[in-house]
Amino acid sequence: MAIQRGAIELAGLTKSYDGVTPVVQGVNLKIPDGAYCCFLGPSGCGKTTILRMIAGHEDPTDGEILIGGENVVGLPPVERGTAMMFQSYALFPHLSVRDNIAFALRVRGQDKAERYRLTDAMIEKVRLTELRDRLPGQLSGGQQQRVALARAAITEPRVLLLDEPLSALDEQLRIQMRSELRRMQRELGITFIHVTHSQLEAIALADIVVVMEKGQIKQSGAARDVYAAPKDRYVAEFLGGQNVFSGRVGTVNGDRIVLQASEMKQVAIPLCGARVKQGDAIDVAVRRDDINLLRPGATLAGDTSSLASRVMGIEYQGNFVKVMLDPVGSDEFVAYVPERTFFHDPLDIGDVVMAAWPADHARLLA
Amino acid sequence: MRLSKPVVSWLYVAPLVLVLIPFFVVPIVVVLIASVFDTDGFGGLIPTFTLSNYLNVFTSTLTFNLYYETIKFTVLTWIFTLLLGFFIAYYLVFHVKNQLLAIGLFLLCTVPFWTSNIIRMISWIPLLGKEGLINTALIKIGLIHEPLGFLLYSSFAVVVAYVHQLTIFMIVPIFNSMVRIDKRVIEAAVDAGASRFDILRLIVIPLSKSGIALGTIFVVAIVMGDFFVTKVMSGGGSASVVGAFYEDIGVLQYPGAAASAVVLTVILMTSVALILRTVDIRKEITS
Repeated sequence: MAIQRGAIELAGLTKSYDGVTPVVQGVNLKIPDGAYCCFLGPSGCGKTTILRMIAGHEDPTDGEILIGGENVVGLPPVERGTAMMFQSYALFPHLSVRDNIAFALRVRGQDKAERYRLTDAMIEKVRLTELRDRLPGQLSGGQQQRVALARAAITEPRVLLLDEPLSALDEQLRIQMRSELRRMQRELGITFIHVTHSQLEAIALADIVVVMEKGQIKQSGAARDVYAAPKDRYVAEFLGGQNVFSGRVGTVNGDRIVLQASEMKQVAIPLCGARVKQGDAIDVAVRRDDINLLRPGATLAGDTSSLASRVMGIEYQGNFVKVMLDPVGSDEFVAYVPERTFFHDPLDIGDVVMAAWPADHARLLA
Repeated sequence: MRLSKPVVSWLYVAPLVLVLIPFFVVPIVVVLIASVFDTDGFGGLIPTFTLSNYLNVFTSTLTFNLYYETIKFTVLTWIFTLLLGFFIAYYLVFHVKNQLLAIGLFLLCTVPFWTSNIIRMISWIPLLGKEGLINTALIKIGLIHEPLGFLLYSSFAVVVAYVHQLTIFMIVPIFNSMVRIDKRVIEAAVDAGASRFDILRLIVIPLSKSGIALGTIFVVAIVMGDFFVTKVMSGGGSASVVGAFYEDIGVLQYPGAAASAVVLTVILMTSVALILRTVDIRKEITS
């Protein structure tokens, strides 16, 4: 099968500004054509640098970038068929919406009539027709974002690169623009690479989530895989929704091990093919929404792990209730209880509870 | 103690008013009044109201020759200071990656200002003179056999001296508006496929427009209001508007000189107003 035009492959991609400390170190990744890919990580993890290297605004120190099967390192952005949407948009402040969007066509020497015909069609697509003669300074954040998107998409790139596209917007607008981005991506049918530090944004949008730390990929995969099956403590904590406990392997019996930690009774963990031996330090993740809170003395269903704890805090979240429990060692311990379940028998701060979860649902982390 | 709002506002502007009234408003009014007085020919003013001084200014072909000469120097100086100023600022802002180095180079541009105007001008004489550095060098390497006469005491020398003195007045405001161009805007243009020339033409020049306008005002106002450089560097061969009324004053023709001064002021103010119409200067000063 021929390699599709918008497929991206990063091979051993490395970047260092001073030759000593690498910002990006040996990143390998394949992104299929037409995928929505999110790079997720805290600031300074190298995700924007990777984006800028794909865009051609930064040269890698080492490694290859293949777009559509062709090594593009050293080529200018235009020849790569990429377009970038910059953080805080970087719109041309002295040009109208229309001329901003038409800019790329103008420098390609397209004549005015044809240029404006294509531009107006794009303006229509991002619903800015009434605003097309305004200057960027006269637009709201969401409108500016749409101009930036249209400006990047006008050249029909095979890859669109978005650097924190939603970070300049307020919460409500962010959610709205988020679905608009996804809609545009489906309509254009091209590869989107989106850099963000918000896990909510990443899992809501992406076909592929790439979690990064200190210039390296920690885990990449479908949003659901990364969220529900994090590989290690870093990924689990960054994506949230998990309780991570550390301890030692007590005993190994068959496909289960028993976790031993100072403040915990023995808890059984499925092994899932991992190889550990007695005494190894391990991390275990249990989803916060897998945890059932029971009054002491209630009977547990079969094959359930449980932990005696106490309610330290309660936060109402609308569709669920966040119950903060007594921390296990230094690890936060939180349960997400469905709203109806919680108010059927409301708990109070200080109540002693049994936190129970199906034993199979605990996961051993790397 | 609480002061009412208008009183507070007046207090804020009071220092400026106290400077402007005696040093700007009063002299202008004096000149305006003198320009409609008559002269007794010996330096005395006869208080009347006459427009004959203005009539003399407007009917004399000398006036037009003087303006032609002055405007010629103004335009030439403007062109060269603009080209130099723009590209020096462009280099400092977009090509010097190290900010410390950029600031250092910027300060280097101000070095000529550490000496007086007159010394800077006179220092051209050993360079441009008949037996100056340039002529001697050219003769020594055999490019010419006789010294080039146009180098000193000529229009050429006048423009050289003006450009030397005034380029900094272009560099500073243009530099100032260029550093405010978001680097990501330039990057976005590169991303869209713009060449270096496209970026210059479509992004940098439009966004430096206010700096260019400010620099232009400085240069135009200074050259049109100056006579000393023209006088010294042309060796008396070229006259200027201000030079002419300086000589009027020398022969005690105060009302005539005053009328010329008023005409020049009006012309300059009109030019500045026209320049300001092209840009929003307030944006440049406040933001």
